[in-house]
Amino acid sequence: MTAEAEKLQPCVGQALARFAAEPGPLLEILHAVQNELGRVPPEAVPLIADGLNLSRAEVHGVVSFYHHFREQAPGRFVVQLCRAEACQSMNSRALEEFVRGKLRLNFGETSADGRFTLEPVYCLGNCACAPSLMVNGELHGRVTPERFGELAKEWGVS
Amino acid sequence: MGRVVSAAITIHVPGDASALSVGADGVARALEAEAAKRGERVSILRNGSRGLFWLEPLIEVVTPAGRVAYGPVTAADVPKLLAGGLLTGGAHPLRLGDINAHPYLAGQQRLTGARLGVVDPTSLDDYVAHGGYAGLKAALAMSPADVVRTVTESGLRGRGGAAFPTGIKWQTVLDQRAPQKYIACNADEGDSGTFADRMLMEGDPFSLLEGMTIAGIAVGATQGYIYLRVEYPHAARALARALTIARARGFLGDDVCGSGKRFDIAVRLGAGAYICGEETSMLESLEGRRGEVRVRPPLPAVKGLFGQPTVVNNVVTLATVPVILARGAQFYRDFGVGKSRGTVMLQLAGNVRHGGLFEAAFGMTVKQLVHDYGGGSATGRPVRAVQIGGPLGAYLPASQFDTPLEYEALAARDALLGHGGVVVFDERVDMARMARYALEFCAVESCGKCTPCRIGSTRGVEIVDRIIMARGQVDPNGAEAADLALLDELCDTMFSGSLCGLGGLTPFPVRSALRHFRDDFQRHR
Repeated sequence: MTAEAEKLQPCVGQALARFAAEPGPLLEILHAVQNELGRVPPEAVPLIADGLNLSRAEVHGVVSFYHHFREQAPGRFVVQLCRAEACQSMNSRALEEFVRGKLRLNFGETSADGRFTLEPVYCLGNCACAPSLMVNGELHGRVTPERFGELAKEWGVS
Repeated sequence: MGRVVSAAITIHVPGDASALSVGADGVARALEAEAAKRGERVSILRNGSRGLFWLEPLIEVVTPAGRVAYGPVTAADVPKLLAGGLLTGGAHPLRLGDINAHPYLAGQQRLTGARLGVVDPTSLDDYVAHGGYAGLKAALAMSPADVVRTVTESGLRGRGGAAFPTGIKWQTVLDQRAPQKYIACNADEGDSGTFADRMLMEGDPFSLLEGMTIAGIAVGATQGYIYLRVEYPHAARALARALTIARARGFLGDDVCGSGKRFDIAVRLGAGAYICGEETSMLESLEGRRGEVRVRPPLPAVKGLFGQPTVVNNVVTLATVPVILARGAQFYRDFGVGKSRGTVMLQLAGNVRHGGLFEAAFGMTVKQLVHDYGGGSATGRPVRAVQIGGPLGAYLPASQFDTPLEYEALAARDALLGHGGVVVFDERVDMARMARYALEFCAVESCGKCTPCRIGSTRGVEIVDRIIMARGQVDPNGAEAADLALLDELCDTMFSGSLCGLGGLTPFPVRSALRHFRDDFQRHR
């Protein structure tokens, strides 16, 4: 059994114990599982469905509806690049090209070595300091290709 | 007698997410380290942002003569700043003096955002010292019907985008007989170019808690939910701290301020779906389901969260309620023009020199905001367009910058104020690409329930792609006219046939781009 498989049962169990009695708890439970495991593994779906007396389809339908929930494990660094209008007005399209080239990833991809995941995001609320991106929850504003290069260097990408 | 130990000097360094995104934490660390090296005692206080984002990180030193601001400060500036007498408000090229006297702030009327950047967001005492909880106190001394009447008479309309009169919505909920009622705060601020909700939650979280509590007392709801977008982790932390403090101090819980009334609030995180900013979709999401929109009627005020009467208001609306209760309906409605009463939190963003939060009475023109206060584009090139009201808002050309920023004047120009975001574009913007993006965004974020939105958006992207590909080419068969007509017809279908604002309003940016920037779509340029 992998480390994650061992953690799956207790992780889902704890989330259910904590939230199942609350009204409308499914999103809370999915957040708890993803915070713990980094993803919502397909194997978690039947466990959650059982615990909430829902069908698997209902749980899967919710997991797949929301961009935030992921079934695949992300890279160690999750780079979320804003694609919305305010960032576009500050030439985020050029930044997008640069980042894709630097990380050699398209949106939605994780690098083979498991280091990076590149995701699009639609507004980080940092629109007066555009263009913006978020890395593992840390927000960066006024990001130029040069600035991204410096960040990438900190992560060991030359 | 012992020797006199000088008190630590307080330096405000914003902990606002935007300030952090441009290095505020590094500045705070540098200040502590450098001051220690120099044997000077400083105490760093993490306030919210004043909202002058081009000056962030903007720090303020508390001196006997008042707060003295410096910005934009980098960590590298800190040694020289301290050596130059920062702690006594000494001269430096980055010195801004009293920030309240800065033209950008002096030109504003901050009611909802009065405490932003001023107070310590983790201190309830600081909140109270700056007028906080005066509104709740007033509300508790009134009958619920009088609280609702005050909000109605203030003229406050929902600041989330729909601009529905808040008091009328509350009255509907008050009139319902139900075992349970809810206050649901929409904090799913997903529009590009908007950050007022975020700033309030991070910089003055108690104002939102107070507004929700007043709403609960007014309509007879005992439970509130804040539906917060997952992209706002800083706001989540600020709200969690504020909730703990408010509960411990008796401002939330079974006996709010000794009134015998119960009200509590829970934060629920969204999961990255723009559609959940639509109120019925948000309610579905709060109930733990896919965020698919509901057919109305019934209205959420009658049958909302878990089937119970629910007030759904956004953050700015609810955070405005305390000042209305504290200072009266008349005070609030004296600001503004026509049917747009009070102040509006405009958010100036994108390609603009002085981007930030600009709260003012309704009625200032786009030109005043973008040019007089905003200083034109950040790149220094001519401003070609602004998009007002997020991804579903219309684009206005420079020739219409005399339009006042208020609901009716914008509607008269087939535009909308939305959540008050104003995104500036310089002359290099390709409006056909922006129209394509509007449709692409709708396709990515559509909940899929209705066909005009789910399918129409994708067909729209295809049509605009054809138009973009054909630019600069000859057109012997009249394909261009056919495509433009088809796009127009598609916009009609989406506008009239969609269940909610996502599909229904996507035609606004598309059509405004077509109407005002026709050249960008044409073959011979």
